[in-house]
Amino acid sequence: MPLPLDAPLPGSSFTELLTGLGQAPTWDVPPGAERMLQAPEGTTVLALRYAGGVVMAGDRQATEGTTVAHRRIQKVFPADRYSAVAIAGTAGLAIEMVRLFQVELEHYEKIEGIRLSLEGKANFLARLVRGQLPMVFQGLIVVPLFAGYDEHEERGRLYTFDIVGGRYEERDYGSTGSGSRLAKSYLRTAFRPDLDPSAALRVALGALVAAADEDVATGGPDLRRGILPSVYAVDADGVREVPEDLVREAAEAALEEVR
Amino acid sequence: MSIPFYVAPEQLVRDKAEFARKGIARGRSILAIEYDRGVLLIAENPSSALHKISEMYDRIAFAGVGKYNEFETLRKAGIRQADLMGYLYSRSDVTAQGIATAFSQTLGSIFSHEMKPYEVEVLICEVGADGEPNRLFKVSYDGTLFDERRFCAIGGKAEALADAVREGFRDDMDLPAAIRLAVQAFRAAEEREPEGWEAAVLDLSNGRRAFRRLGESEITAAIEGGD
Repeated sequence: MPLPLDAPLPGSSFTELLTGLGQAPTWDVPPGAERMLQAPEGTTVLALRYAGGVVMAGDRQATEGTTVAHRRIQKVFPADRYSAVAIAGTAGLAIEMVRLFQVELEHYEKIEGIRLSLEGKANFLARLVRGQLPMVFQGLIVVPLFAGYDEHEERGRLYTFDIVGGRYEERDYGSTGSGSRLAKSYLRTAFRPDLDPSAALRVALGALVAAADEDVATGGPDLRRGILPSVYAVDADGVREVPEDLVREAAEAALEEVR
Repeated sequence: MSIPFYVAPEQLVRDKAEFARKGIARGRSILAIEYDRGVLLIAENPSSALHKISEMYDRIAFAGVGKYNEFETLRKAGIRQADLMGYLYSRSDVTAQGIATAFSQTLGSIFSHEMKPYEVEVLICEVGADGEPNRLFKVSYDGTLFDERRFCAIGGKAEALADAVREGFRDDMDLPAAIRLAVQAFRAAEEREPEGWEAAVLDLSNGRRAFRRLGESEITAAIEGGD
């Protein structure tokens, strides 16, 4: 395969390159197709700011109708060195969207020699969500949550999205997925500005447990099977997965609260 | 209708090669050296904005000498190729050998089909994971592909640099020792004091993306550390 010397404009976008080569993910929905597809769906993910960064957490369950499709699915991903993305909705489409998003950010960084701004990343993700619009009419919805550390403003920021690609910056916390209303009502009372990282972790786990308690699609921490939520933190040192023992400790405390 | 002049193919290839070599000789050289934890790429570069060395993929780096716009075109094409392969298949399916072969084919076809050949030489380096050996590939202006071991130099002073490194090379050098060896080699080959450095390493301890640029202070500290 010869090198792709010429690239469609803008030359630093991986997605444009894929489109130019006819390799971009596309959806050809037959006209008059009935909404009959049923695919696994990811449920609750959330993010909240703390002093110097942002923490993002998600449960590990995917449901298909009323059955559990996957118990250990990953719904929170590092997007690049200073950001993380979490997904809710049709899992297959959402995971592919994250994969493309990750490659896009790294591709831009390598070609241009500089990272996109946090807002630039969020805007690009909004475009990917908008690209899914034809699938929304099939009932296959992807709604991500995006959070990162703004290297210029030196603080954590987070963005929520809607199904048509609307992008909204949230000041304190955000959540998406079937249990998001429950998670948000927990966060509304538990959130304090300038939480320290370990307090933010406890609040995040508390919100997930609260969501799992009443939303049956959301899988809470399952200590018996050893299934713990995935939690990422982003601060000035970059993005990192919160170690399992810390998550377990916070999960145990949160479960104790609802007992 | 005018009759085109006949030029013997040998003459044509010789002329093109001479033209390309002249262009490359004007550029400053680049050196890649293996050290105990990875691969060091180092070049004399007075500019801190225009890079000759760059990240290509997780464990793969690119370096180019010659005409800036030409090796920059190649660099971007290489990144596109690597990211495409990694996205369509898997990240582990992207190898330095695959990329170097693509560079070789592209440069070879430009050399034979275009009026003006590219005046560039490029280096594709890969740090080996799980005990695999490191890879150093050099591709010249006509697409010739070289598979090198331990160290590799490109550019006008490539041979003098390689000779200087060969004398001082040891298998278990740490990074500062490798930097010192490279700096000495540049001084010996150029016979003057170099004006500014650009350096980067491929080191597995950096995580999935093994590429990391070295700051000026890090290079200076390594140079002074040996005295």
